[in-house]
Amino acid sequence: MRALLTAACLALLATPGLAVLPDEVLDDPALEARARDLSQGLRCLVCRNESIDESNAELARDLRLLVRERLVAGDTDAQVIDYLVDRYGEYVLLNPPATGSTLLLWGAPLALLLLGGGVAVAHVSGQKRAPQAAGLSEEEEARLKAMLDDRSDG
Amino acid sequence: MIIELGHFALILAFAVAIAQTVVPLVGAHFRWSGWMAMASPAATIQVLLVGFSFAALTYAFVTSDFSLKLVVLNSHTDKPMLYKVSGVWGNHEGSLLLWVLILALFGAAAAWFGGQLPTTLRARVLGVQASVGVAFYAFILFTSNPFERLAVPPFNGEDLNPLLQDPGLAFHPPFLYLGYVGLSMAFSFAVAALLEGRVDAAWGRWVRPWTLAAWLFLTIGIALGSWWAYYELGWGGFWFWDPVENASFMPWLIAAALLHSAIVVEKREALKAWTILLAILAFGFSLVGTFIVRSGVLTSVHAFANDPERGVYILAILGIFTGGALLLYALRAPAMQAKGVFGVVSRESALVANNLLLAVSCFVVFIGTIWPLVAEVAFDRKLSVGPPFFNAAFTPFVIALAALVPLGSILPWKRGNGALWRKLMPVAVLSLALAGLVWAMQTGDSLGGPLGAALGVWLVVGAGVDLATRTGRGALADRIGRLRRLPGADWGKALAHGGLGITIFGVAGLTAWQQEGIEVLDIGDRMELGRYEVVLEDVSRVQGPNYISTMARMHVFEGGRDIGVLLPEKRVYPVAQMPTTEAGIDSGFTRDVYAVIGDPQQGGGYAVRVYIKPFANWIWGGAIIMALGGIVSLMDRRYRVAGGARRKKAAPVTGVPAE
Repeated sequence: MRALLTAACLALLATPGLAVLPDEVLDDPALEARARDLSQGLRCLVCRNESIDESNAELARDLRLLVRERLVAGDTDAQVIDYLVDRYGEYVLLNPPATGSTLLLWGAPLALLLLGGGVAVAHVSGQKRAPQAAGLSEEEEARLKAMLDDRSDG
Repeated sequence: MIIELGHFALILAFAVAIAQTVVPLVGAHFRWSGWMAMASPAATIQVLLVGFSFAALTYAFVTSDFSLKLVVLNSHTDKPMLYKVSGVWGNHEGSLLLWVLILALFGAAAAWFGGQLPTTLRARVLGVQASVGVAFYAFILFTSNPFERLAVPPFNGEDLNPLLQDPGLAFHPPFLYLGYVGLSMAFSFAVAALLEGRVDAAWGRWVRPWTLAAWLFLTIGIALGSWWAYYELGWGGFWFWDPVENASFMPWLIAAALLHSAIVVEKREALKAWTILLAILAFGFSLVGTFIVRSGVLTSVHAFANDPERGVYILAILGIFTGGALLLYALRAPAMQAKGVFGVVSRESALVANNLLLAVSCFVVFIGTIWPLVAEVAFDRKLSVGPPFFNAAFTPFVIALAALVPLGSILPWKRGNGALWRKLMPVAVLSLALAGLVWAMQTGDSLGGPLGAALGVWLVVGAGVDLATRTGRGALADRIGRLRRLPGADWGKALAHGGLGITIFGVAGLTAWQQEGIEVLDIGDRMELGRYEVVLEDVSRVQGPNYISTMARMHVFEGGRDIGVLLPEKRVYPVAQMPTTEAGIDSGFTRDVYAVIGDPQQGGGYAVRVYIKPFANWIWGGAIIMALGGIVSLMDRRYRVAGGARRKKAAPVTGVPAE
């Protein structure tokens, strides 16, 4: 099904190519590795859920070149990201920074885990007393026995 | 004529489903045996009618009947026969028809094989199942009719989306639907049990095979989709955390939780209310998935319907069924009393932890998937949630779960003891030693590789130890004999857990140790990548049945030894005006060599990408083993033996008069 998205993305293009093209690759392997890392966390804005590292779109290529340009110019990873967020908004980040309302995104699963864990622990340890409670008292045992005897007689 | 008959059969099936909903449910409430008895024949008639309707649509596709709008939009006379048939479900309307066909099939299967169910429970299950059908028949007939005709039929069709013209994707949807819709059985059983007001061990025993079947179909469906993405999309990714993938992954996680908690209901009569809730949620997430795929809310450039009206309709179905079931749950669940009690260290507790981890990990996927929508509507922030989030938030749950599996599967019911640690200590030592070895051997400093190796060994060897402990004590020959006679469920469990370990190792290995080369190659040039060398020998144009291909011929050498030829292609489908890439892959046990041919470059030569993908096949191999575990477990004869025993006891109940 992912294909359909890619297809839609491809359809926007006249000449689909490979994602990262040979002429984009930087000579310095360390810088290139950083560029690839960064690209994987940046969204191709005209595609759906594709990083610029995977995308064949022209815009993705432009962004890849931009990232490399900034890195060659001596920017740190954080500076490159700030630069892109300034221009394209936080929509460009595939991993939304955990600030403001996005804290909920990270916090909600954690809260559910703690809550669920709490309920589970309470349930498991709370039922310990159940067997005694569920058991019959001596008096009850005797009555039960009497009833059963009664029954088998009749 | 056949088309009209098919259309009419679908309308009749709708009518039958309405009757099958109302009559048995009313009958079960008042204990009218005649009314309840109506459910089974109705379920059979329903499946025959939808089956005929589906056959009629398939006939239209196979004979390229272009008076049918759907065939025009999704088929072409030049298309190979396989894709003419798979074109039936390669679109919104046809896939919905497949959906209701499978729904009716499951209902009928419950009618045919559910002879031992208590009469009222069976009537209720079939009634609830039919009510889901009613909603979907109405959806098809009123908003997405596949039998719509064109007044002026065109000369030829517009072809199926070329990306769907692939053997892997031809069978991907039917398996997924078998899974999605299979969970409707668990839902129907849950709602029926709430109506009955009672859940016992027998209920757990009836629900488990249906859930297991649905889960194993989902496993196969998801694996097929992932495998297809790997070889088709051109860079060898196998999972993208795309909303549409997540839509199938969420029900899988919940189904996995459900089939584990149903074991606790069956064996120990505990966790009843929770199991019912999971059954409702599992089908609820199937409906959420349907909504995500078909409404276009989350993936606006999706080829399936992005019609808001349809989205609203599915949302209504989702609201009514999940909301209604949850309301019923709130009213009735407190009455579900647990019988079995268990200690803090026990298999029950381990299964509770398993359920917690699976449920919360499903929630992670869910919240990540819908968060862009929530952020935009509630906080006016336009943001993306992609693979980096899911990888960071989901992986810890996988690790915790994998660490738990061998412990939980060896722990005894009720109360555990120190014996557990004696059995698993060697496995733990082995896993850690291997992780250390891998750490020392690998060139990078990735943590994922060693961790994946450790978890893989822990799960696979742990599953072996689990099987071995089940053979008891004594001479080796006796124990091997006993191993062969172990129930299918034990073997199934070991296979599924081992398969999970293999998949985890495959994912970790591929992610950690993949190598990539991107270069411009002229004819005759070679590219070096690790121990491998790839020579571009030739690029030629090839005419396919309904496409034109640019096919490259690449020779691959491993350490100087010739290991074969790869033929990566770049295809263009003229009718659909769309290109696709077909990777050339040399599959091996420990690695795939994966080559893709790109565009001709301005200065001459072609852009070529070559990957070494270590342990790629282990990912899907593990999934197949998991599914195989499901099948072996389903064949456990105890399901049938128990069924027979039940029938004798249940027989007198059927004769209870209505008053």
